[in-house]
Amino acid sequence: MSFINAITHLRNSLWIEWRIAIRFLADNPLQTLLISVAISVGAAVIVFITALIMGLQSNIIDKTLGTQAHIRIEATQQHNNFAEFPDGKYVWAIESPRAQRLQSINNWQEVRDTLDQNAVFNTVSPLISGPAFATKGTARASVVLMGIEPKRYSGIINLKDYLIDGQFSIEASDVLIGYQLAKDLGLKTGDKLRIDAGDNHQSVMNVAGMFELGVRELDSRYVYTSLKQAQTLLNLPGGITILEIKIDDVFSADYWAQRTQKLTNLYVQSWMESNGQLLNALSSQSMTTQMIRIFVAMSVIFGIASVLAVSVVQRTREIGILRAMGSSQQQILRVFLLQGGLLGLAGSLLGVLIGYTLIEIFNAIDAKLFVIKLESSTMLSAIFIATLAGVLAAMVPARRAARYDPAVAIRYV
Amino acid sequence: MSNSQILITPDDQQVVLQLDKINKIFNEGTPLENHVLHDVSLQVSRGELVALVGTSGSGKSTLLNVMGLLDVYSSGELRIQGHLTQGLSEQQRTQLRSESIGFVFQFHHLISAFNAIDNVLMPLMLRFGKPNKEQIEYAKYLLNEVGLADYADKATNRLSGGQQQRVAIARALVTRPALVLADEPTGNLDTQTADEVFDLFERFNVEHKCAIVIVTHDPRLSARCPRTIRLTDGRIVYDGASADLPNEFTKTV
Repeated sequence: MSFINAITHLRNSLWIEWRIAIRFLADNPLQTLLISVAISVGAAVIVFITALIMGLQSNIIDKTLGTQAHIRIEATQQHNNFAEFPDGKYVWAIESPRAQRLQSINNWQEVRDTLDQNAVFNTVSPLISGPAFATKGTARASVVLMGIEPKRYSGIINLKDYLIDGQFSIEASDVLIGYQLAKDLGLKTGDKLRIDAGDNHQSVMNVAGMFELGVRELDSRYVYTSLKQAQTLLNLPGGITILEIKIDDVFSADYWAQRTQKLTNLYVQSWMESNGQLLNALSSQSMTTQMIRIFVAMSVIFGIASVLAVSVVQRTREIGILRAMGSSQQQILRVFLLQGGLLGLAGSLLGVLIGYTLIEIFNAIDAKLFVIKLESSTMLSAIFIATLAGVLAAMVPARRAARYDPAVAIRYV
Repeated sequence: MSNSQILITPDDQQVVLQLDKINKIFNEGTPLENHVLHDVSLQVSRGELVALVGTSGSGKSTLLNVMGLLDVYSSGELRIQGHLTQGLSEQQRTQLRSESIGFVFQFHHLISAFNAIDNVLMPLMLRFGKPNKEQIEYAKYLLNEVGLADYADKATNRLSGGQQQRVAIARALVTRPALVLADEPTGNLDTQTADEVFDLFERFNVEHKCAIVIVTHDPRLSARCPRTIRLTDGRIVYDGASADLPNEFTKTV
């Protein structure tokens, strides 16, 4: 019962705090307007820069991961096995590293089926990849022969989306080549092409189509063919060299790579390892953004605090009167905390609107570069944080107001 | 907020205010020590209208602040409606103040961000939150009593000094306090307006039976109060009927 009383009491007593806070803000419209604009500029910068960097980064990641798997499993690398060293003796050994010949993953069908069980792995795609020469007449280019299982491989790179000429076919002696390679060798769709994988394994293939992945290295080197064809050419009958995996949460790739490593005991690498520099750049970019956000937020907080500090001094006498009229110290405290919160709320609402407009303008001006998406969660958290920051900023001036000695404050002119 | 309301009806206590050997020392224990009130003892009963006079610096305002619980005293005993105020927390003092005491200050001291009726309602709103119909009716009644019925929705800075002071009087009475403390309420008003304001005090004193203590410099007004207390250098040098106030004092008021 007393709890309900307390709630009712709190609600009733907060009513007047709200009223006084709003009246105080409205009573000094210019000051309120100026600080709201200052807060909104800060909030707009934070919202815009956050969305911009998020858009930029997800764009970079999308582009990077569009043409590669998240996790790659390869056969364990070959290494030298040393004989047991005799006890109590130092042994000097000169080790020359073993040549890594093309090597199939043992029991890859079993590995694939096991990984298929895990729902996290969207796609598990076998791939046989090895070096070869492509020749047409006297022109010759070194290429990477990619033997794929088309259905599964579409989960890694959907080649049909990148096809710019011809049609998707890798059956029999059909191959798909990058448009850059076609240019280098003077090929067009329907032309013949000789693939030489060494050791007298060669074959004449038919260019069924051309793709453009947008990465020069891939467009000038990749030659896609069927698993079987590649196995024959690379002399690994029935074998594959790589299992490629895609997952939903790209940033958990490291974790799943480690788990797969433990599970299969094979050589497993995530995209995060192989793109260390990129991630490094992204994280330092994020850090810079974070710094900007913190400094902008700080200047907003100090702005609110200084305006309220001035307002507290201006209203010294009125605070004294309120105290004489029976307001408690807590009520005065809340009046100023509310003012801080209201300023933060109003300023950030306006700021989010400005940030949203800026982003729309950015998207309209240069839609080709990349599109910034403004998540509603970003907007909501900006408003929430700014309101909270307003309350925090009001803390010091509000405490000062609450501690005024009413007898002194009332005489303040 | 504590739930234990100090509920006192004016009828419970005949003696509204009782001071016993009150001392007030500013900056106690420092080189700036200033002994402002010396053993001030007095008693104010229900329905009394008391003038508190003295030269400036005599401690009138300090005494008023102490009586109104706006300021703490250094030693002695102060009872409001029989309540000992010794050792009360800031919160309890605030509560007692809001329940028992109404203030009127020299510079009318309204909250300029609110209109006249909201200023009158302020003590109630601070205590109870949103005002109910009855409270609003009472505030309107008081505004009518002070002759400002038509000014309820006016911004306070559009009222004249006398009008503002009348709003302040209505505000002081809205909680139906047992004691109204007025600090030179007519100090910055012209003679005619001052008389009108004083008329209001007299009327409310009779109608509402609240005790009123008025600090004033104006000998004409103090003469209209039945009782005068005179303070010199923080000591009470006279406490009695205004009519009997020795001439030596009236001159120097």
